[in-house]
Amino acid sequence: MTATETPIDTLIDVDAPPSGIGPALADAWTEARRHLMVIPRNPELLVFSTIQPVMFVLLFNYVFGGSIQIPGFDSYEQYLMPGIFAQTVVFGSSFTAVGIAEDLSRGLIDRLRSLPIAQSSVLVGRTLSDLVRNAFTFVVMLAVAFLVGFRFGGSLLGALGATALLLFFSYSFSWIQAFIGLSIGSVEAAQSAGFIWMFPLTFVSSAFISTDTLPGWLQAFADVNPFTVLTNAARALYNGNDPGNELWLAIAWATGITVVFSTLAIRKFARATG
Amino acid sequence: MHAIEAHGLTKTFGETRALDGLDLVVPRGSIVGVLGPNGAGKTTAVRVLTTLLRPDGGTAHVDGIDVVADPRRVRTRIGLTGQYAAVEERLTGRENLELVARYFHLPPDRIRGRAAELLERFDLVEAADRQANGYSGGMRRRLDIAMSLIAKPSVLFLDEPTTGLDPRSRLGMWDVIEELGNEGTTVLLTTQYLEEADALADSITVIDRGTKIAEGTADELKDQIGGDRIRVSIADPANAERAKAALAPLATGPVELDAGSTTTMSAPIRAGGGVVPQAIRALDDAGADVLDVEVRRPTLDDVFLTLTGRRADTDTEVGA
Ligand SMILES: Nc1ncnc2c1ncn2[C@@H]1O[C@H](COP(=O)(O)OP(=O)(O)OP(=O)(O)O)[C@@H](O)[C@H]1O
Ligand SMILES: [Mg+2]
Repeated sequence: MTATETPIDTLIDVDAPPSGIGPALADAWTEARRHLMVIPRNPELLVFSTIQPVMFVLLFNYVFGGSIQIPGFDSYEQYLMPGIFAQTVVFGSSFTAVGIAEDLSRGLIDRLRSLPIAQSSVLVGRTLSDLVRNAFTFVVMLAVAFLVGFRFGGSLLGALGATALLLFFSYSFSWIQAFIGLSIGSVEAAQSAGFIWMFPLTFVSSAFISTDTLPGWLQAFADVNPFTVLTNAARALYNGNDPGNELWLAIAWATGITVVFSTLAIRKFARATG
Repeated sequence: MHAIEAHGLTKTFGETRALDGLDLVVPRGSIVGVLGPNGAGKTTAVRVLTTLLRPDGGTAHVDGIDVVADPRRVRTRIGLTGQYAAVEERLTGRENLELVARYFHLPPDRIRGRAAELLERFDLVEAADRQANGYSGGMRRRLDIAMSLIAKPSVLFLDEPTTGLDPRSRLGMWDVIEELGNEGTTVLLTTQYLEEADALADSITVIDRGTKIAEGTADELKDQIGGDRIRVSIADPANAERAKAALAPLATGPVELDAGSTTTMSAPIRAGGGVVPQAIRALDDAGADVLDVEVRRPTLDDVFLTLTGRRADTDTEVGA
């Protein structure tokens, strides 16, 4: 067989590959859609990722509920639940690391990177779809919290604001996880690497206890921990109290994390898998 | 302008020189086989040429476009099927194809049409609406290749497209690749299978330790190590000299009796066939009663062994 010179009629214009914000958003949506289509087809994963926070709500409520008194709160639920909500949305971000590591090891990231799309779209789509997944988990958990006696102490608007703040934080953490997933590559390693550091982060905080009860050095960490800031702001809003500066501080943290880690992750992605 | 033109590509991972000055020129519309053992640098070369990996040194152009300076435009021209089938397991074959079509911003009816066309072409119509995690290895590979053909790329990269396939699926895959070549798509295919490169490729580049060690058609490579050999057995030792004289015009080297034999002789001949009938005729004319004529064509294994001192499928040194 000899070489032919038949030109190939490529379906896309080589001199004008889609570029700019419009196509980039469309690509991000295509990517998010891929993940969202997969979620209901993997019901085991969805069920188990929802069982864990529900179990936390029940365990903490019934195991510690009777023994922990927090000054200023008439019941432990009102104090505890916002902490568990915050922990859950932050834990939920670890799906991003695992999902990206999975795509990397299956060669899907290579396939996507060989397409003429905006490189950032893949990660934007992934983090947005994880946000949707976490929002779903959140709603289930909220319903269970209501069943065990949790109530919005303030306005509905305040509660919505608290929820939005929690999900924004979750989103910002997804970018940390995206960076971790791209750096690690192996699914098993990403599973622990995405998770392990969140235990000290969420437990050495005001999520479950009042930080006054901690020994000095731990208390110092707990008080500056962004997770404490988040929990305090969400707790105040859910209970109808004034979050004060902590609301702005929490928003600033989430914004800062998003900006820094999306930059790092997108840069890493563009020259991924060395 | 060549479909692929790479010069002096280097890429180092820590201590490993994955590419060590690789040159590669692929004319448009041809199928080139990149042949090399495990760790030779095949995947690294493909990753550099498909813009996934930035080389440390050297230059590479695909369809005349610089892969380092202008990766986005290169990506409009290429299709990539990596070493591991990159399909979304939980999506159906059709959804996988439509996913890629969406990424190319084809209009909605074109998205559906193109997916249907490719399902048909790759014999996946029946499985189209089943999730890919239930596909066999061969089906998954076909879907994988179909996905890389969505936008009709002019240059297609296939990294070990038949590794892990059963013999029947492998032959099916060969047909597909051959057909793409016939349509004018330039195909770069890496393989560890010598007979695969032999069967498919217009030209073969043998690489080892990140550099090209030989290049040419399968026949040219075989000629490099002495080409084919003919071996003739006759009935009567008395006719040996006459037979040698009859064979001499066909041989590219001396005709010699095999060690310890008075009736069996062999000689190097040019590659390409047609020698056997001529030999039989010449021997008959000379009155040497022929018992047996055989031509042994060297395999690409022999080529590899001669060039590197190692077998292609192992890392053991064989002699020196
Ligand atoms: N990301 C990486 N990090 C470190 N070393 C790498 C990396 N990629 C490849 N290498 C090394 O570079 C060399 C060439 O690897 P490459 O994957 O290109 O070989 P190959 O010819 O495709 O082999 P195979 O037939 O096994 O697929 C090997 O020694 C490999 O271990
Ligand atoms: Mg390889």
